Amino acid sequence: MNPARKRTVRLVVALSAAVLLASALIYTSFNAASPALTPSQLLHEAQPGRSYQLTGTVVNGSVRHDGGVLHFSVADRATGTDAVPVAYTGVVPDPFKEGREIIVTVEKQGAGYTGEQNSLITKCPSKYKVAPPSEKQNA
Amino acid sequence: MALLGHVCLVLALIVCAYGIAVSVYGARSGRAEFSLAGRRSVYALAGLLTLGMVVLEIAFVGNNFAFNAVADTSSRTTPLLYRLAALWSSQEGSLLLWAWLLSMWSSLVLFLTRKRLREVASYATAILLGFGGFFVGLMVFYANPFTTTSPVPAEGVGLDPLLRFPTMMIHPPILYSGYTLCTIPLAFAMGALIARKVDGEWIAVIRRFALAAWLFLGMGILLGASWSFSELGWGGYWGWDAVENASLLPWLTGTAFLHSLMIQERRGMLKVWNVSLPLATGILAIMGTFMVRSGILDSIHAFGGATVGVPFLLLIAALLAGSIYLVVSRRAILASTHHLDSLLSREAIFLFNNLVLVGLAFVIFWGTWFPKISEALTGQAASVGPPWFDRYTVPLALILVLLSGIGPVIAWRRATPRGVLRSLLFPIAAALLTLVVLIAAGITQKPLAIAMFCCAAFALGSVAQELWRGTHVRRGASGEAPPVALLALIRRNRRRYGGYIVHVGMAVLFVGVAASSSFQHVSQLSLSPGQSTRVGAYTMHYVRPTAALTPHDDPTHTGSTLNVGAVLRVTKDGRYVTTLRPSEDFYESQEESQGSVGHLIGGQPVSSVGIDASLTRDIWSAIQPELETPKLKHIIEVGNKTIPFSRPDEGLFVIDFLAHEYLKHPPPAQFRLEVSPLIMWIWLGGLIVFAGGLLALSPSPGALRRRIARPVSLELAREVKYRELRDLELDLATGKLSREDYEATNATLRAEALEILNQLEPEPSADASDPTDASDSGSPTSGRPNGRAGLLPGLPEQEDGVSDEQDREEDSPAVEVALHE
Repeated sequence: MNPARKRTVRLVVALSAAVLLASALIYTSFNAASPALTPSQLLHEAQPGRSYQLTGTVVNGSVRHDGGVLHFSVADRATGTDAVPVAYTGVVPDPFKEGREIIVTVEKQGAGYTGEQNSLITKCPSKYKVAPPSEKQNA
Repeated sequence: MALLGHVCLVLALIVCAYGIAVSVYGARSGRAEFSLAGRRSVYALAGLLTLGMVVLEIAFVGNNFAFNAVADTSSRTTPLLYRLAALWSSQEGSLLLWAWLLSMWSSLVLFLTRKRLREVASYATAILLGFGGFFVGLMVFYANPFTTTSPVPAEGVGLDPLLRFPTMMIHPPILYSGYTLCTIPLAFAMGALIARKVDGEWIAVIRRFALAAWLFLGMGILLGASWSFSELGWGGYWGWDAVENASLLPWLTGTAFLHSLMIQERRGMLKVWNVSLPLATGILAIMGTFMVRSGILDSIHAFGGATVGVPFLLLIAALLAGSIYLVVSRRAILASTHHLDSLLSREAIFLFNNLVLVGLAFVIFWGTWFPKISEALTGQAASVGPPWFDRYTVPLALILVLLSGIGPVIAWRRATPRGVLRSLLFPIAAALLTLVVLIAAGITQKPLAIAMFCCAAFALGSVAQELWRGTHVRRGASGEAPPVALLALIRRNRRRYGGYIVHVGMAVLFVGVAASSSFQHVSQLSLSPGQSTRVGAYTMHYVRPTAALTPHDDPTHTGSTLNVGAVLRVTKDGRYVTTLRPSEDFYESQEESQGSVGHLIGGQPVSSVGIDASLTRDIWSAIQPELETPKLKHIIEVGNKTIPFSRPDEGLFVIDFLAHEYLKHPPPAQFRLEVSPLIMWIWLGGLIVFAGGLLALSPSPGALRRRIARPVSLELAREVKYRELRDLELDLATGKLSREDYEATNATLRAEALEILNQLEPEPSADASDPTDASDSGSPTSGRPNGRAGLLPGLPEQEDGVSDEQDREEDSPAVEVALHE
């Protein structure tokens, strides 16, 4: 094989390998991803055995510690309705608080939902800048 | 004062516009005075922005709450150090910091290149001023750090308690330095493309800045990780968060660039790749800056109420389009002058390392942007979690560590399988020994972690062997004692051995990551005083609660009101190990609805982590105390009713009473307890990487004395050829090459070197350009009958006896002599 031809072969092999890897990556990302849902969507769509990324606000008065398990309810941000009960173990970020907006990966189990360990993050609209008092009343 | 700051910004914007115009004109017309004016515009920009920084810092120090930036992020109760750092805690202030650092680093690079690369540097000046103008424009039109309010508030909101950690002083400036430094290779790459001067010279000039960008970015990331571990109550250092990923992306492409530029320097290969990588790195750095500020992806690090997303998108689109256009339109001059000789050569390993790094960057890019990608494709936002990232990044990281061990021991151009195998024997033995020891110690679960330990041992063995062989060769030439020879070896070859030390640091760091993530023990539970729990091999006993008003004269004071925590006694097999004191700080809030007493501790609580760190394991603890018991709530309610807002001192008295009540009847508290092995290795590895990076950055002895502007590409080519010849000698001496391969390559290289010499100096007076002469050889070679060919033998007699992998201005003094004669 002459050198130019050899280089072409190498290039084709390398490119096909890259394309194969990229397709695997893309395929698994769609498979492994958890859809981001609001509590009301979750109540309609959730199937057992799949995980979902739940976004909403923590219902006031719903937070309860039970051993290492944290129980709380998440409701739609806009309406405050459709509360979903979540049992969660693992890291609770400092800003976690009743009324705060959070994101947690959950899986349906019976009537309730189990939070994936350490998946809870607080989505605080005022991380670096404290919100003006009007917003904070709701927070 | 605010007016002064504002005027600075407007003037800075004008300076940028002026500087861009004169730089472009200077580059196109070739008139040096215009290029000079462009460079001076950058200095002026740096001066103006420095003044702006000073104005704002004075306002922060002096609690000038007329400034919105001060009122929103600082307060009288915020300690002085954190008031200084509060400047970059807001969107506006951080933009100013970005622009200021950009102007400072740009000034430095343009000052150092003032006598070189005139045309390329002029275009680069225009591009850097374009970035400067963009950020200054953002401040002038969208997020002005110098806005004021009237009437002046009596007190500010205070710095977010989460940010009150010493790292806040250095993490943002270092990370931003990394980001801004990333734009410098981008600017020079674009300049080189526009000016059609894509030979090795711009790379030689920009190498140190690419390295500095990489170093600062890496350190910034690591500081953020250690901050997260030792301050935030979640016990981790990396969470595949969008903003964390965004900072890692330019670091990965920057790493690839640092390797691939060596191939271009030596072999004239991979030019397309070498302009694309700095372009990608710069764009990714801008993207990282954009993500924090746009709220486009969910991240715990994003700024709230971000308003500057659209201008950033436009900038990124323009940069992408410009980069693609430049690379495509200049593809003819980007053709390689050489081709890969063999798949078994250092070039090939570097190329492979580049592909893995870029692949890694692609994986992380895809995962980070997946919520948006899936929303665009399926209409449903969905995100991939850490397990998805781990699935791809762990194998790629393994390959990278493995390659970092293979690269150094393999010869340039062509290596024989036998030679490579011989060079790899010791590293492979080190890896196998590690495997045996691990299995003997009963560590057989977690195969990926074990694979990482073996790969790291392989890489460490390879570097150790390189150092040993180099020392050996040098001793043969100089007869020095081994430690002296080793130090001299490193000192004379800072770039090469700096790189090897970085490899050592990365291997150590990866061992720490693999061990701490695979063999961690975590327990999350509720404990009352007197109770115990087991975490891994350790028993943790909750001895007693603590609760006290925070003393204001405490040197570690962060401005909190109340500190509630626990004393934990840690034992192992009944023997005392350590005492941990995790606690939580409660801060004052500005919410009047919480009441006159309640608001004193109503702000966001922040964990203060209790850690016992050691080389082998970190014992980590965090507490979330329960202050919402009926009894404690009752104390606050009574206090709210009886004490007016005007008497915070009496309010504190009530809080003090509450603390005593908490101690008398402590309710159970939530604990998170972790035992993580080898966490310290991550930070140690980072320090080693930092040291290696500094070593590779530092100029060689005498380099400053010898620094002369010699922008002649033929001389560059000559010196590269000499370096190749010296490397070849070293490769032979250290057994990486077989005698036949050595002779074949040697003949080719010598012919090429002669060719260059003939082009360079048609007059046969080239004796002094002999790279071999160095200190001891005083023999004149000009009279040799065989002419130039006689110049080349004897290369190994070079000063240090081994390859001198320095910048070209740092090459052997003989080159200097040639210039002066």
